[in-house]
Amino acid sequence: MTLLRHLGAAIVLAVILGLLSVALNAFRDYQMAQVALYAVAIAGLTVLVGLSGQISIGNGAFMAVGAYAAALLLMHLAWPLAAVLAASAAIAALAGLAVGVAAARLRGPYLAGVTLMLAVALPSLATRFTGVFGGDQGLAVNISTPPAFLGTNFPLTRWQAWISCAAALIVLVLLANLGRSRIGRSWRAVRDDETAAALAGLNVAALRVLAFVVSAACAGLAGALLGITTTLVSPGSFTVTLSITLLAGAVLGGLGSLAGAVWGSLIIVLVPTYVTDVATSHGLSSSVAANIPIAAYGVVLIAVILLFPDGIQGLVRRLLGPAVPVGKRRENGPVSTPRRPAPASEHSEEGAP
Amino acid sequence: MKRSPSRRRVGVVAAAAALALVAAACGSSGSKGSGSGTSNTASAPGITKSQILIGSHQPLTGVAAPGYSDIAPAANAYFEYVDHHGGVYGRKITYHYLDDAYDPAKTVSVVHQLVLQNNVYAIFNGLGTPTHLAVVKFLNSEKVPDVFVASGCDCWNNPSAYPQTFGWQLDYIREGKILGAYIKQHFAGKKIGYFYQNDEFGQDGVKGLDMEIPHSQVVSRQSYDPTNINIAPQVAALKAAGAQVVVSFSIPDFTALLKLISLKLSFSPQLVVSNVGADPTTLAGLLEAFAKKGGATVNGNQLTQGIITDGYLPSLGEAGNSWISLFKKIHATYDAKAPLDGNVLYGMAAAYTFVQAMLKAGRNPTRADLVSAINRGLPQGPAIAPYAYSSSDHDGITGAYVGVIKNGIIVPKGPVMTTDTSPSGAVTTFSGAEQAAPASGIPSP
Repeated sequence: MTLLRHLGAAIVLAVILGLLSVALNAFRDYQMAQVALYAVAIAGLTVLVGLSGQISIGNGAFMAVGAYAAALLLMHLAWPLAAVLAASAAIAALAGLAVGVAAARLRGPYLAGVTLMLAVALPSLATRFTGVFGGDQGLAVNISTPPAFLGTNFPLTRWQAWISCAAALIVLVLLANLGRSRIGRSWRAVRDDETAAALAGLNVAALRVLAFVVSAACAGLAGALLGITTTLVSPGSFTVTLSITLLAGAVLGGLGSLAGAVWGSLIIVLVPTYVTDVATSHGLSSSVAANIPIAAYGVVLIAVILLFPDGIQGLVRRLLGPAVPVGKRRENGPVSTPRRPAPASEHSEEGAP
Repeated sequence: MKRSPSRRRVGVVAAAAALALVAAACGSSGSKGSGSGTSNTASAPGITKSQILIGSHQPLTGVAAPGYSDIAPAANAYFEYVDHHGGVYGRKITYHYLDDAYDPAKTVSVVHQLVLQNNVYAIFNGLGTPTHLAVVKFLNSEKVPDVFVASGCDCWNNPSAYPQTFGWQLDYIREGKILGAYIKQHFAGKKIGYFYQNDEFGQDGVKGLDMEIPHSQVVSRQSYDPTNINIAPQVAALKAAGAQVVVSFSIPDFTALLKLISLKLSFSPQLVVSNVGADPTTLAGLLEAFAKKGGATVNGNQLTQGIITDGYLPSLGEAGNSWISLFKKIHATYDAKAPLDGNVLYGMAAAYTFVQAMLKAGRNPTRADLVSAINRGLPQGPAIAPYAYSSSDHDGITGAYVGVIKNGIIVPKGPVMTTDTSPSGAVTTFSGAEQAAPASGIPSP
């Protein structure tokens, strides 16, 4: 039943997004594709951090894995797009498995350290093996043109928006169901109290690794989509900043919430463009205008954390909250008071878009 | 049992997502004008009766910002000067340059914005090899003129694949050949070592060097990655090979490191450094800063003394040069906050070239008119050698002089040399004269 409901919602959303993509101009379509692909990456991260209680500052590196996999598959094997996207996610999932196994023994800041190392080290492989990965310049990704039946004048950016939005909806539906499944409940149990979870018969290590794999697969898919929309993958796109931006997006939107992932993505894609437009149209000098988006981003981050610690989705929920009976809301939330303040634990039941 | 909250949230999120996207759609669309009454018409996207709107991607923040972030404001200063002196056929040039932080993914975003949202007429002087490579296909498929890319990669010269794209500065292959020919002549029989950045920049430079310097003379080839500042092993290898001359295709940071680590190892070869990595002001500053970090005090200008390099624009030290005095004047009026250095000179010279091309493209140019105007060739401007522009060649400046740094200034040591990018093309002395800057400071149509 849950599956059907999520599918229904996804179909409604797909129709709305499809109509929007036609109404918007080419650049807004491009931004729509960006929002969708970052939503995929952040959704994966928010599941890892918010549901399983692990942290990763390395998901940008998994995006790089997916992006390079997609570029290489398209270049050498010319696979169809859907297969390339699936394979990129799978390859990134394998990378996530390797890291997850190593990281399952680590907690908190140590885990953050290992994933940070990943974010720093992995992109430099591209410059180490220039022959395969094209060095600093990266690899050109063959442009995936819209299929012929859409007409010859179908805008490329609208096609990219369709691909990204379709992928994002599929991922969100899958994650929503996963979050509500036995696995999702087990993740919450592990997050809230590992010892209790282990005593209850849960395989804590396997669950933690699984969360890493899911998160990496999402990041890999997002990376592949990034490569396809920007038609290029290069190490400069996958710096530590990207990983931190993803984490910031997850926190801004509301950790553990898939809807929050969409909010976070909207902020990290739209705020910089909007602020730059405002800054330049007010005649600020370029050196000031160039730094305003970074400052604005910081201000937004601080404001959200101070005012709505549960992120934007937390705010939305609070505004709409009273309509939902309290007992119902807490029904599948954490049963006991968490021992340590787990992020977003109060609203951890939020798993569905 | 969980149905009601979930259903509610589905609705909320759907509505919220739709709202957010609608809000995003409410942004402004590009400016469009229509011409009537005067002879100026809105002949192309970005061109109105009174304005030419062009865009660019520049590293205004991030790793590549120091130095390079001064280029676009300097170009803009030149455009302002032109605007205040009648403009281009009466039109003002509006230069809308956006920050890409030297991240190719961001470059794609800002260039999409400039082309699809702001409707710029052309992309001018987009900075960086990896960044600009990310958008070159897009610009060509959209038929947007992509003029005077701020990178010396030979990849911009590909008229069949990229008919809209034009390089500008001396490309690294030509630069390597000119430096190589100088070394072959002046350091015959000496042991030569290469030190180069492991990317298109360094590799193109080495390609050019190898076309001129006999392979038997090269005793060691060391490369570095710009992300790893530990170059002591490379310098030690150059020393062990007994290199008497070290040719360096490096960015300023690594030129400075090379010099300091050589000092430490008491290794003092003759340094020959590509133009990109040898701006004396930048280099002296870096040497002093790096030495200070290591607890030592050095005199930057003393350390750069004697470094051999090349230049394709007039030297800032030439007080009597008409271009230098023109650009100094414009700098003082429109861009006084930035230090007057090689980057400022570069931005203004590139902007001058753009005005040359726009004037040649005609009063009411389409985008194709600008491309065909450049394909018909441009007269030599501030550069000390002519442009290569033709319908089959999209390289820019074709020559340079070799000079030596003395007291923080590059002093030309020989004549201007020109060459091509082929292994067989000779490096020859340029017989033409340097052009004087027009008295008005604006090229004539």
